Amino acid sequence: MQKVFGRPKGLTEIPFHYCPGCTHGIIHRLIGEVLEELNIIEDTIGVAPVGCAGFSLDFFSCDFVGAAHGRAQAVATGIKRALPDRIVFTYQGDGDIAAIGTSHAIHVAARGEKITSIMVNNAIYGMTGGQMAPTTLTGQVTTTSPYGRDNAVAGFPIDLPKTIATFDGAVYVASVSVDSPKHILQAKKAIKKAFQVQQAGLGFTLVSILSTCPTNWGMSPVDSLKWLREKMIPVYQMGEIKVSEEVKGL
Amino acid sequence: MSKVLLKGNETIAEAAMRAGCKLFFGYPITPSTEIVEYLAKHLPKGGGTVLQAECEVAAINMCFGAAAAGARVMTASSSPGISLKQEGISYLAANELPVVIVNINRTGPGLGGLGPAQSDYFQSTKGGGHGDYRLIVLAPSKAQELYDLTMEAFDLADKYRNPVLLLADGFLGQMMEPVQLKERKEENLPPKDWKTDGCKGRAKRKIASYFLVNELAEEGCRRWQAKYDQIKEAEQRWESFYADDAEYLLVGYGTCGRIAKSVVLNARKQGIKLGLIRPITLWPFPVKAFTSHFDGIKGIVTVELNAGQMIEDVKLAVNCRVPVHLYSRQGGMLPHEREILKYVGQVFNLPVRGEA
Repeated sequence: MQKVFGRPKGLTEIPFHYCPGCTHGIIHRLIGEVLEELNIIEDTIGVAPVGCAGFSLDFFSCDFVGAAHGRAQAVATGIKRALPDRIVFTYQGDGDIAAIGTSHAIHVAARGEKITSIMVNNAIYGMTGGQMAPTTLTGQVTTTSPYGRDNAVAGFPIDLPKTIATFDGAVYVASVSVDSPKHILQAKKAIKKAFQVQQAGLGFTLVSILSTCPTNWGMSPVDSLKWLREKMIPVYQMGEIKVSEEVKGL
Repeated sequence: MSKVLLKGNETIAEAAMRAGCKLFFGYPITPSTEIVEYLAKHLPKGGGTVLQAECEVAAINMCFGAAAAGARVMTASSSPGISLKQEGISYLAANELPVVIVNINRTGPGLGGLGPAQSDYFQSTKGGGHGDYRLIVLAPSKAQELYDLTMEAFDLADKYRNPVLLLADGFLGQMMEPVQLKERKEENLPPKDWKTDGCKGRAKRKIASYFLVNELAEEGCRRWQAKYDQIKEAEQRWESFYADDAEYLLVGYGTCGRIAKSVVLNARKQGIKLGLIRPITLWPFPVKAFTSHFDGIKGIVTVELNAGQMIEDVKLAVNCRVPVHLYSRQGGMLPHEREILKYVGQVFNLPVRGEA
């Protein structure tokens, strides 16, 4: 029988153990496909964060390094500066990249560090049990904003890709979602573009991906996708937020 | 080979380059700044990279990445900056990554001053970051040693897959002394068959310190401790100065060790059998120096630029069998030779002449 569908070579055989309905699995698969399609598995070093995404180091078939909380982009900088001809990417949750790691996120963009960062934004801290993130929506209930995020107390949600896009060294910044087949295809395209831009050595690339956390949102997987679509997408600027001239010419 | 006149910090930088250090990540802080400045000027000429990071935390984590990729890498800072690096240092130790870290000790706590101090002894030798780890800590006392020990730090880091800390102070970092620039000896070092540099022709590798299974975590801890035991056995270093027939011992490292030598010579002129043990490795602490010199020792004075930190290790080394006293200056002040000798006379009831 002809095999028409299987795991991409960019992923190991280890089964994902994310919660049911969590979209980490979809995003992992998209990156795994891109690594295979661009034939860069053997040239790539990934950097994992803490939190749920910290498990990613087992799931990709390329070399992987586990960084301290928020430090993935600094670690990736060190790897890339040591090995400029390799592909280096970080895979980070919104808490990792937009709270504890904010300074590194800003400075890799400012330096035009030739790495790719994948930011998985589910508007909550997942592994620690559903606390408020910098990306938590106004009014959203979490264990540390039990009455809903109050902007007067906790400030406003951070739209990190918009900020990152303002730095000259960031040459490709996209914000995508994995709530529907159409959006998943768009997400794959953005991820692939980001890796191609890195291959061309043009500068820093960031792809933010809106994701779900059914467990900590307290919703079914289907309701989670609906909530993402109806509540998150209107808050965050979507699409290719920045495509610099050199990237257009790629 | 001829000698050159270099500042202490420049000596460290020059030694690092000659030891094959290809990457330096740092953040300026007095009195260590000449290290990043010197390297920024000279390292890129040989194809190396110097990157001024956004902060100390970034710098140590950049070192983490470069070491994981298999490169020889260094960072340098001074006390408050080293505090910021502690998170990264704990991760380096846990992941067994060879990185050379230089601390030109300021005074402390807090922002502190720029004068010579040894107030980071505990932080350097007992942890500083979280977890049960150890760094190899080297304490030079003059320019030639700054050079030799910096070079050796890279080999020790690679040999044991462990971060190595070079601990000096503002006096040593800022002084100028002639130094002989020796070439690197080729060491027979283990291959870096653990580095994550792309999985071409081999299975994927991962470098991580995350254990969700307690049994595996304990296995990791035991492996680290076995390595530390091996280092303790093999790498204790010290200088013994008139210690063989000594009745009284001074113990001091770095700048204090240097000053203490003159004290010993002055005491000997007065017929006092004073000797010196100058620890060169602060971790592992040179316990063997005390076991080999113990017979006939009536008392010890540690000379430290802090409130008394190394004295605890000296007391452990002699196991309460002789009295151990502390002569300390703090806040960037250096002791004068005659102050130390006067104190030795006082605590051991010895006749010390005049101003000595």
